[in-house]
Amino acid sequence: MLSGKPLLIYALSLGSLSHNLGRTALAALGVALGVALGVAVHLVNSAALSEFRHAVAALAGEADIVVRGPRAGFDEALYPRLARLPEVAAASPMLDIDVALAGRETTLRVLGIDIFRASQLQPALLAGLNESVLELLQADTVALSDAAARELGLGRGNRLKVQVGTRVLDLEVAAVLPPHAYRQRLAVMDIGWAQPLFARIGTLNRIDVRLKPGVDAERFRAKLAPLLPPGVHAVTPEIEAERGALWTRAYRTNLDMLAGVALFTGFFLVFATQFLALMRRRAQLALLRVLGMTRRTLAVHLVAEGAVLGAVGSAAGVALGWLVAALTLRHLGGDLGAGYFRGVEAQLVPSVSALAAYFLSGMAVAMLGAAVPAIEAARRAPALALRAGDEETALKHMRLVWPGFALAALGAVCAFAPPLNELPAFGYAAIALILAGAVLLAPRLVEFSLALVPVARAVAAALAVAQLRATARLVAVSAAAIVVSFSFTVAMAIMVGSFRTSFEEWLERILPADFYVRAARGGETGFFTPEEQARIAAIPGVARATFLRSQNVLLAPDRPPVVLLARDIDRATPARTLPLIGAPHALANGDPPPVWVSEVAADLYGLKPGQRLDIPLAGALRAFTVAGIWRDYARQTGALVIERGIYAGLTGDRLASDAALWLDKEATLEAAAHALRAQFASADLDIAAVHEVRESSLRIFDRTFAVTYVLEVVAILIGLFGVSVGFGAQALARRREFGVLRHLGMTRREIAAMLGIEGSVVSGLGVAFGLALGWGVSLILIHVVNRQSFHWSIDLSMPWLVLAALAIATMIASSATAMWSGRAAMGTDVVRAVKEDW
Amino acid sequence: MLIIRNLNKSYGGTRGRAVLRSVDFDLASGDYVAIVGESGIGKSTLLNLVAGLDLPDSGSVTLDGVELTQLDDDARTGLRRSRMGFVFQAFHLLPHLTVAQNVALPLALNEQSADREARVAEMLAAVRLADAASAYPRELSGGEMQRVAIARALVHQPQLVLADEPTGNLDPESAVQVLALLREAVKANAGAGILVTHSLLAAATADRVHRLTVNGLRLGD
Repeated sequence: MLSGKPLLIYALSLGSLSHNLGRTALAALGVALGVALGVAVHLVNSAALSEFRHAVAALAGEADIVVRGPRAGFDEALYPRLARLPEVAAASPMLDIDVALAGRETTLRVLGIDIFRASQLQPALLAGLNESVLELLQADTVALSDAAARELGLGRGNRLKVQVGTRVLDLEVAAVLPPHAYRQRLAVMDIGWAQPLFARIGTLNRIDVRLKPGVDAERFRAKLAPLLPPGVHAVTPEIEAERGALWTRAYRTNLDMLAGVALFTGFFLVFATQFLALMRRRAQLALLRVLGMTRRTLAVHLVAEGAVLGAVGSAAGVALGWLVAALTLRHLGGDLGAGYFRGVEAQLVPSVSALAAYFLSGMAVAMLGAAVPAIEAARRAPALALRAGDEETALKHMRLVWPGFALAALGAVCAFAPPLNELPAFGYAAIALILAGAVLLAPRLVEFSLALVPVARAVAAALAVAQLRATARLVAVSAAAIVVSFSFTVAMAIMVGSFRTSFEEWLERILPADFYVRAARGGETGFFTPEEQARIAAIPGVARATFLRSQNVLLAPDRPPVVLLARDIDRATPARTLPLIGAPHALANGDPPPVWVSEVAADLYGLKPGQRLDIPLAGALRAFTVAGIWRDYARQTGALVIERGIYAGLTGDRLASDAALWLDKEATLEAAAHALRAQFASADLDIAAVHEVRESSLRIFDRTFAVTYVLEVVAILIGLFGVSVGFGAQALARRREFGVLRHLGMTRREIAAMLGIEGSVVSGLGVAFGLALGWGVSLILIHVVNRQSFHWSIDLSMPWLVLAALAIATMIASSATAMWSGRAAMGTDVVRAVKEDW
Repeated sequence: MLIIRNLNKSYGGTRGRAVLRSVDFDLASGDYVAIVGESGIGKSTLLNLVAGLDLPDSGSVTLDGVELTQLDDDARTGLRRSRMGFVFQAFHLLPHLTVAQNVALPLALNEQSADREARVAEMLAAVRLADAASAYPRELSGGEMQRVAIARALVHQPQLVLADEPTGNLDPESAVQVLALLREAVKANAGAGILVTHSLLAAATADRVHRLTVNGLRLGD
């Protein structure tokens, strides 16, 4: 027999929670889904990032300073000059190169190292090799990391086929590093053999430096800076690691924010559940007040009820998130779709503080969701609350419109604020404020809209409309769940749809040729020599051929390298080749040669048309004039386009990475491709028709955004939970009404129809408001969040078909959910409900 | 008009028990009878069976020659809609409808659109609430709400009015008014009425009184 406090707690909370187990479980599930999504995204991202940092640290080894140059490299003469500096204890030269693998889709990172120097500075790279180390001194031998050996299916003594230019070369696997030595895919070989093998004679692209004891790394860095050739920078290993992590930060933050939105919808679900549950329990709570319970005790108990709900949901969410993250890492790796961490083998990194933060967030939103209705319930005079039909009066403060307008206006102001620490913090704040404002405005909007709904002649419809009008503010709580979730879905759909349309249009512009040829499927080692370029241009059926050379240059030491594209382009009509944003800048006589910078590069380095830009090329800074800004969705760290002739003149590099080919009218792609393969029999050429390139690019795009589709589905599900909770609570509260209607002669079907109509009207309103709100949020996503995160522009394009399908699906699902939630109304119990006191 | 023969009903659950045993009952047009009995004896169950809201374990309920137990739920509902009226102890007016809308509900359900407003006004006048047509139930006293419920029960001129403890929630003065009004309305409508009550005072307003016991229904006390 319960008595004392346990009885009180049972009377207040547990009794109600357990009697409404389904709804309680749904609310907890809403929190769980939000927390799970946040935890999963966080764990996968942090695992990948941790692995990434670990890999960078393993490469830097015991170095205090990392000297980095362009991927194409710098003169190796820098190495002895640097090694002889009095502050330097040891220096390790390196050629870090992404090598094309013949006959495979993947590439392999190969480090050319001085084995004796590396053993001092990067012992991890040679760990466990013992006497095999000496075998690496022989020509054309490599040691593979365990991950590389496993993925390539190679072992000691096997041959690794790599491609350099259009030639395929055999390397012998002399050793496999033990698993703990270096966890990612990698090969190491002697730099003396690597340089000629990969056509990089006399060049390095990295030197790791260990300083003598007592030498201050920052001071040494400052001293070293003037000694380094342009485009070569000295940084600490920490900056090196951070630079790598930096370009993924915006993507990671966006995913975290999306998970945050899911948590917000979960919060709203708890709010709606508690709100409606307390509305239903008003008379019971009022009775407890009549029996002598203080307002404070009542409010504290009800908030504690929210805390219990939050704790259960959060605990389940953390566990579910952990499981999803573990499965994702095991089956998909550390990459969430954007390709930043593709191939990174990551493991879960348990972070108690992060998991606790997510757990507490879930609890906090649940408590907050309970606090508002709890305070209202405690405040209400018991005598009034005991009267039936008082619910709407209790919600009268929901009629206030100024808080909603104030939040929405503040959100609109935030949308125009600049990024904070290179992240669109104000953009996210704007979305949150506008969503919150919309929720607060929902009751008045619903009330206004319901007044416009015509009263039907059919009894079920007339009753439904009368019921909705009379309980407009309660209806608003249910509708708001749909508004929040549907607006999020709409915003994502418009943003992704706009991006996809812009991306497709960009592909059309950037890929004008009939087909494209790359010397290799990936990596940095495939190229065509001038003689090979001439052979390609002379292939029968090829009407025109243009070639492109791609390199990386470092414009700033703390940023990732920028891609330099040297290509055939007419400086008088650059818009024929590049999708320019705005008018091109006309060069004056005496101006340095033109460079067309991508939007990303323009944003990151503050470049404007007409401005001068010094680009480090072949060991010297070369002046260029920014002649225009172009849209580039391919290179996320920025891209620069210069004329190929200028590039060759400055660097002497006449190689080409890619060829774009136009066919004669009567020629076929198959015949041209056949002729090409015959010309380059030994090479693993990548030949693709333009439609294949486009399709493959769109596949990558869709894979990148797959995670957002998952989030959209989760949001819709949470919204439907909200509808179910709302209507379920309403249906339970209206059992007596249903009972009376059954007594008066309404059939179950008619009551079901009435509920269906109510569900359709509510979901219709939710969908309509959600569409409008989602459109507004999508503008912020496109023009603020996306622009500040990724620095590229997107043209707004409304995916009407998708939106219509989403709206119809949501309305059908909501109506069905409403009817399902009201199934209690169909049972015989409702007949007895007319006898219930409450 | 209403013939009940050998009606039996029991309930399961944790306190599974027989509620009605071998109940026989006849009601003719114009009859207004009271059924009294102890709490839990099955008075409301009997009303539910008469209304076709529940089905007996055995026995028959015949209304104007139609055997209710042979009908499906929709057919029973249709019968209830057109031929019966209900008055409940807790009034059960729909809170989101006005007084007039509540009264008009049976007419709407029976798709009687002709003179609907006039009929509602007539009924509200009959229960002396003509000036409360546009009020909401929460604005009325208990007695007024029950008068609205009586108007609703009779507005479509049903053959049978079922009243379940209609004065249970009312003060004595209101109770007397409501009972008088109910009898008057049933009689004016030329229908029949069953009044289920605890109150002997209420039962005294009926033409005759039946007592429900564990052994069945018997006339008088």
